Amino acid sequence: MTNSPEGSKRPITTSAIGIGLATGAYGLSFGAISVASGLSALQTQTLSLLMFTGASQFALVGVLGAGGGAIAAVLTAWLLGARNGLYALHLAPTLNLRGLLKPVAAQLTIDESTAMSIAHDHTTTHSRHAFWATGISVYLLWNIGTLLGALGASAIGDPAVFGLDAAIPAGFLALLWPRLRDRTAWAIAAGGATAALVLTPLTRSGVPVLASALIAVFAGYRLRDRT
Amino acid sequence: MIWAAVLLGSLGCYLEKLFGFILPPTLLDRPMIRSVAALLPIAMLSALVAVQTFGDGQSLVIDARLAGVAVAVVALLLRAPFLVVVLVAAISAALLRAFGVAS
Repeated sequence: MTNSPEGSKRPITTSAIGIGLATGAYGLSFGAISVASGLSALQTQTLSLLMFTGASQFALVGVLGAGGGAIAAVLTAWLLGARNGLYALHLAPTLNLRGLLKPVAAQLTIDESTAMSIAHDHTTTHSRHAFWATGISVYLLWNIGTLLGALGASAIGDPAVFGLDAAIPAGFLALLWPRLRDRTAWAIAAGGATAALVLTPLTRSGVPVLASALIAVFAGYRLRDRT
Repeated sequence: MIWAAVLLGSLGCYLEKLFGFILPPTLLDRPMIRSVAALLPIAMLSALVAVQTFGDGQSLVIDARLAGVAVAVVALLLRAPFLVVVLVAAISAALLRAFGVAS
């Protein structure tokens, strides 16, 4: 243990591993849901290795599985991933990276690594350590979880029989839940869900979820001076 | 088609992250950009919950998935971890179907 005023980095590493393990557990459900939605185990693993941002991955396989088509699936994943760009903008001055570390850090820029880095921003060293430790831990365990989930689901049959089709909305709900922190968030969630349901019979599959993004843009414009 | 979506989706999501490290941080000073990026996941995840619960192609149906999601809400209220939330939803829906209570 160190007696420096900044304190030890070890507790940060321990939390990073804990977060990695929790994320690995939901990597497991991603793997299973993706295979139940019709992707192969290899396609599923490719998403976790290359896309590596949970909400976008769940959305891509959800839209594909519901017959929404590749274009809607890709656009939905991109829109949900836009917040990572914002995280990166926020992290860039702290991490202060050069050369090849930039593209590596970019891949590890997700909800968990950003939150940990911000939570430990009392010193730059701790903030950087929190980012890298969490990013690497989550990357490894998310991918191991995905592999096990995909292989497990490949071994069982019709998703409806096993209720995996109910696991998909439950998964989205669990991703949404921690973001419902105030009345504005609830109102926007209600707006997004209502718009999507109204549009479902009127448009082709995949469009309703994309259209809900417009609600966020409109509300974001109206609320731009409040956040 | 699936491969195209997987690779193109991944490329775009990566570039979004990379641009954040390349573009000037002053972009964060624009409140519109911050608030839209914070609200997008809320509107879209909520839309995904709704569509994946009730949607069946272009029609809306009530089936065992709704029961699964209701059980998921209870699990979330009890602060259950992600995997538990997803599992109890799947198990409830599967049980209702096994006993012929819901389709």
